[in-house]
Amino acid sequence: MITILTRRILSLIITLLAVSLLVFSIMNLLPGDPAAIMLGTSASPDTLAALQKQMGLDQPLPLRYLAWLSGMLQGDLGTSYTYSVPVAGLIVERLAVTLPLALMAVVLSVAIAVPLGVTAARYRNGPVDLIVGLFSYAGIAMPAFWVGLLLILLFSSSLGWMPAGGFPGWDAGIGAGLKALVLPAVSLALAQAGVLTRVARTSVIEVMNEDFVRTARAKGLGEGAALWRHAVPNALIPVVTMLGLQFTFLVAGAVLVENVFNLPGLGRLAYQALSQRDIIVMQNVVLFFAGLVIVMNFLVDLAYLVIDPRLRAKAQ
Amino acid sequence: MLRTISMIGSASGAITRRVALGLMVTASVLAMGQSRAEAAKDNVTIGMAIEPAGLDPTVAAPVAIGQVTWQNVFEGLTTIDRQGKVVPLLAESWTISPDGLTYTFKLRDGVTFHDGEAFSSATAKFTLDRARGDQSVNPQKRYFSTIDTIETPDATTLVLKLKQPTGSLLYWLGWPSAVMVAPKTAENNKVTPVGTGPFKFVSWAKGSQVQLEKNAGYWNSQVSVKLEKASFRFIGDAQAQAAALKAGDVDAFPEFGAPELMESFKGDAKLVTVIGNTELKVVAGMNNATKPFNDKRVRQALMMAVDRATVIEGAWSGLGTAIGSHYTPNDPGYIDLTGTYAYDVEKAKALLAEAGYPNGLTFTIKAPQMAYAQRTSQVLQALFSEIGVTMNIETTEFPAKWVADVLKAANYEMTIVAHAEPMDLDIYARDPYYFNYKNPAYNAVLQKVQETSDPAEQAKLYGEAQKILADDVPSLFLFVMPKLGVWDGKLKGLWENEPIPSNVLTDVHWVE
Repeated sequence: MITILTRRILSLIITLLAVSLLVFSIMNLLPGDPAAIMLGTSASPDTLAALQKQMGLDQPLPLRYLAWLSGMLQGDLGTSYTYSVPVAGLIVERLAVTLPLALMAVVLSVAIAVPLGVTAARYRNGPVDLIVGLFSYAGIAMPAFWVGLLLILLFSSSLGWMPAGGFPGWDAGIGAGLKALVLPAVSLALAQAGVLTRVARTSVIEVMNEDFVRTARAKGLGEGAALWRHAVPNALIPVVTMLGLQFTFLVAGAVLVENVFNLPGLGRLAYQALSQRDIIVMQNVVLFFAGLVIVMNFLVDLAYLVIDPRLRAKAQ
Repeated sequence: MLRTISMIGSASGAITRRVALGLMVTASVLAMGQSRAEAAKDNVTIGMAIEPAGLDPTVAAPVAIGQVTWQNVFEGLTTIDRQGKVVPLLAESWTISPDGLTYTFKLRDGVTFHDGEAFSSATAKFTLDRARGDQSVNPQKRYFSTIDTIETPDATTLVLKLKQPTGSLLYWLGWPSAVMVAPKTAENNKVTPVGTGPFKFVSWAKGSQVQLEKNAGYWNSQVSVKLEKASFRFIGDAQAQAAALKAGDVDAFPEFGAPELMESFKGDAKLVTVIGNTELKVVAGMNNATKPFNDKRVRQALMMAVDRATVIEGAWSGLGTAIGSHYTPNDPGYIDLTGTYAYDVEKAKALLAEAGYPNGLTFTIKAPQMAYAQRTSQVLQALFSEIGVTMNIETTEFPAKWVADVLKAANYEMTIVAHAEPMDLDIYARDPYYFNYKNPAYNAVLQKVQETSDPAEQAKLYGEAQKILADDVPSLFLFVMPKLGVWDGKLKGLWENEPIPSNVLTDVHWVE
């Protein structure tokens, strides 16, 4: 167990280093000079040179990369070009929106998908299965940002029950904060739920055809009990795998959904930083996303150990 | 609300009539209290599409910075009013020497910055030296380069000695990039702006909003500021902007982003739409140094192939004003020159043939991703095809790639962009500038504008400059963007036109 963990953590660090180099190169090779963008259409060349110097853009690239890495080890990610504040603080501020949003979306999607998928599997090929199937295809087909727009039209513009977007901040109260996240989380969760429902259904059907489920039924267990006690726990592995894979899409979806709902989250920070060529913010946020995905996959592997006792035995 | 409560009361049965009555009374009292609170509303939430990059207009160009801080937090020696006229502000008066080389400003006494620091001639000298010095990153540094020396004979007198007569100096001193800053706080103004204006900076929740509050110690006792608090909320997506307005999350969007959604506000009893002018000139610039655009006849022929009404209809839902040169109806000495090379397909074809292109020609426009630029390019493409000209559209990313390729490297044939700087006729006289337009006669006229400080004479010269541009067509002059204001009908005092990008809150108030 310990060796597995150490090996995984080591490869995690190497992956992150490689990603950091890649991200840095791409960000700095992008056309567009952050200083020229700040100064607009009227700036004279000497002003531009002065600002480049102030921003440290006159330093050679390898030096800037090393400075970034060594700063990171000391907890200093650099200072945003556009906001003029430390990037680390910006990321933490934004995480306070994006993390709860992503968690809410994951919980919602599992809460929708598992019961629906299991029900569809139990009544497979019947009308219930058909309706669940339609729902999940619709969820997959509709882009999250579009669902978001529809939700705003219904719940904010017409009914006035929910804010149309924006985030009051957690100091305005947990209730107000959560309320602002409900619609975005729902629009993110629907697509996830669509995929997860399909996976859960297929996986449950597969397991239900296995011998041990038949044995349980032969022992006299009812259909429902055999399903929930024996089939579902064994059918969860593909669902968890999918959840881990979907997390990447969740992060990507958050960029769009945060824009539609005007949430000051990490996704919107990335989007703004890219259009302003706030390279320092950009490289840190992208690295953070990459790290998040790598760590998520790591956690999914750990989750297998929890769900599947056979893997646990092998690991020992 | 009342009905819901009494219905719950009778439906549940568990609540007695007395309780239900009590609830009703409480609710009506609450409702009354609420309407009283509304009558005395003293805060406003202004929506903006773009979040400013820092809050110091003297170190970065994005107009959003000035739209939050100019005249609210920061003030200059002069300012520009709703009509676009230069009026005194921190300088209460001035005299100009007959040779136009010495400006003596009488500064206001008793002005303090928000942190209590006094404003004096020394502060003004510091500000101007910072803007024109070697280390300056002021986006309009060139406008300050005319200053030779600065003298401060006493605390309320500032003397500027110029290198050459600069008739536009007083106007430039009113710009966001020329606001007064204090030596102690200037360095941090990007994050915590400290100025002399009627509003103080409170907080900036990055990605969300900037909050301001009334400056109780504002120097100008003649001005009564009605708002206690103001916040600027940043909403990029046009659909989200509309939703926020309709839901009442935002009181005003002075510059609403999507003309095609303006109709959707018509049915809303609470909101009003106000269409005014901006200084945003949409022009399709051409690289005047390269073939085929180095031939004036080609540019003129292309101009005649353009039906501006169709362009405005297609690009901006018919909202916008056609222009015949790089100048807007807001500006002093404006003349309507849309008739100079008016839409005429036959004449356009003939002139193109005369220039040596009887069978038309092919070129590429580098069009930024913004909706107006993309749509205008598509309309132009269709119009040009009428005279046998094939225009390919290549989308480029604004600002990053456009600034690098077009503005800095002039590596393009045609492009399209809205120029935001007010009164920027001088960009056609700059060398280098992306148009690569060089006309000594034009430069001489602009030089003469600077040599006089008489507004009437300047207006006349601006007229001459416009005529030269309209005739030379260094870029295709298309239209001025409208200022699409959408706000709560009870909110008064916002500017309808925008002679300079701004959201001045001094006069903003609520009426019942």
